Amino acid sequence: MPEHQFLEQLKRAFAIAKKDLHIYYKRGPVVIFGLIMPFFLFLAFSIGRNMPIEQLFTGLVGMAIFFSSMSIGPAIVPFEARSRNLERLVSAPVAVWAILIGDIIASFLYGLLISIVPLIIGLVLGVTITNPLFLCLGMILAAFCFASFGVLLSAYPPTDIPSTVMMISNLVKFPLVFISGVFIPIWETHDWGRIVASFSPLTYFTDLVSYCTQGTSYYSVFVDFVALIGFTLLFLIAAIKIHEKTLPERL
Amino acid sequence: METSIEVKDLTKNYGEITAVDHINFEVRKGEIFGFLGPNGAGKTTTIRILTGVIKPNSGTAAIMGYSILKEPLRAKQIISVVPEMANAYIDLTAWQNLMLIGELYGVPKRKRQERAGHLLKEFGLHERRNHLARGFSKGMKQKLILCMAMLTEPQVLFLDEPTGGLDVESARLIRDTIRQYNKDGTTVFLSTHNMEEANQLCDRIAIINYGRIAAIDSPENLRMESSSLKSVEISFNKPVPVNELSKISNVAEAKKIGDKIRLYTDEPHSIINNLTDYARSKGLTIVSLNTLAPTLEDVFIKLIKEHRGD
Repeated sequence: MPEHQFLEQLKRAFAIAKKDLHIYYKRGPVVIFGLIMPFFLFLAFSIGRNMPIEQLFTGLVGMAIFFSSMSIGPAIVPFEARSRNLERLVSAPVAVWAILIGDIIASFLYGLLISIVPLIIGLVLGVTITNPLFLCLGMILAAFCFASFGVLLSAYPPTDIPSTVMMISNLVKFPLVFISGVFIPIWETHDWGRIVASFSPLTYFTDLVSYCTQGTSYYSVFVDFVALIGFTLLFLIAAIKIHEKTLPERL
Repeated sequence: METSIEVKDLTKNYGEITAVDHINFEVRKGEIFGFLGPNGAGKTTTIRILTGVIKPNSGTAAIMGYSILKEPLRAKQIISVVPEMANAYIDLTAWQNLMLIGELYGVPKRKRQERAGHLLKEFGLHERRNHLARGFSKGMKQKLILCMAMLTEPQVLFLDEPTGGLDVESARLIRDTIRQYNKDGTTVFLSTHNMEEANQLCDRIAIINYGRIAAIDSPENLRMESSSLKSVEISFNKPVPVNELSKISNVAEAKKIGDKIRLYTDEPHSIINNLTDYARSKGLTIVSLNTLAPTLEDVFIKLIKEHRGD
């Protein structure tokens, strides 16, 4: 694809992202599964445990960015298939990858904005961020990675029932939270726990936040970044390929 | 004459069902091309293939020379669609819907704002431009969708049942708009159930049934070619048994329609004498007598029946 055509498609992806943010940020499933549920889950695991503030902060930022970045993405395609808006988008001169990038950008921006709240709370409560640059880069990368993961989760089955996708998405999200060092640092888990954790993209983000706030991490910063980039590419390519294949079944 | 849409051997299967079966046709630049057929005939499937929503199993389709399969983005850039089901974003305002479409088609900001303002005024939606489409009536939604389609100044406009379920005034406004844009150079591909609408608007018509094209011609030629559907409509001052009139020579079929009797024949003038003789012999007075050319609906029903093998 020529460069000017690629940039033109990217501009159209941003138009889709703008539309998504307008429409979906206040939808029930997005608010419930993206904000309320992770907040109470965090409270349930943190209240009464004598955890250092830096460890709580790592968990809170990890939960916020993970759940909020994955809250809009899975809902968009089934919602729009049902309302027949997807057909409108597909008949427009916008490539399928650009439609999905638009959805991912919306989820990414939403996740990033929401996760600024725990970041501010942490700073107010006295958390020291030793490496703000790595933390910011990590948050941007993680939000994009989880947003891509969210859109991937809506690819199969090609349903137009949003609750089906949200259910599948939660089936995947919740186990990942428990194995990714959000509540217990992975260096404190068993060997098998660490092996399982290595398959979760959230592990590398919480590890990175831990490094930026507590100065300790299980993996090196380089490994954390490479893993997040690798997972992002994997989710992005898989989401585009699978959606391209299943899209006709939704129309 | 330049071709806007070229369809060759297009086929679409859904499992064992063939929705579109090796169809071929061309739409000339600047014409309004009607696509008629009963429910499930393959009209919407054809439109969805031509607009790049679904892919055919075989065959080709090109819009202004751009293959919808090989160059879908170029082909989609010059078309607009008014789909059968209303699908403006109901959680966006009329204005936001139009701006979104403008951005998706790469219409520059200033131009899309000018066009949107002009179209909303033309369709009487300007006062409601900042209202969510959720609160719009069916007619208003349909007008908004037409505005969205016209915003990009398409070379080819696809309309799938654009006036279905609308009140008379809204339907007329939409028909007038289609005529106006066609006059300004837009090629129109119109799928409709409404025979009168097709008759009024279309330069040529294709009739599709069971996924196959049964006929393509101008409405007038289709009517004229169906000579067996010519008829004479007569009413007398007293009731007359229909079967008696069907025995008159050159009458193919007689049908009671209200207080009149319609006699189908390929020689309408020859049976008029027979009818006056019949009236005289029975002491009847002829109240009205008209010769009728077949309506497009007659032609449609005949072709569909022939195609079905009835």
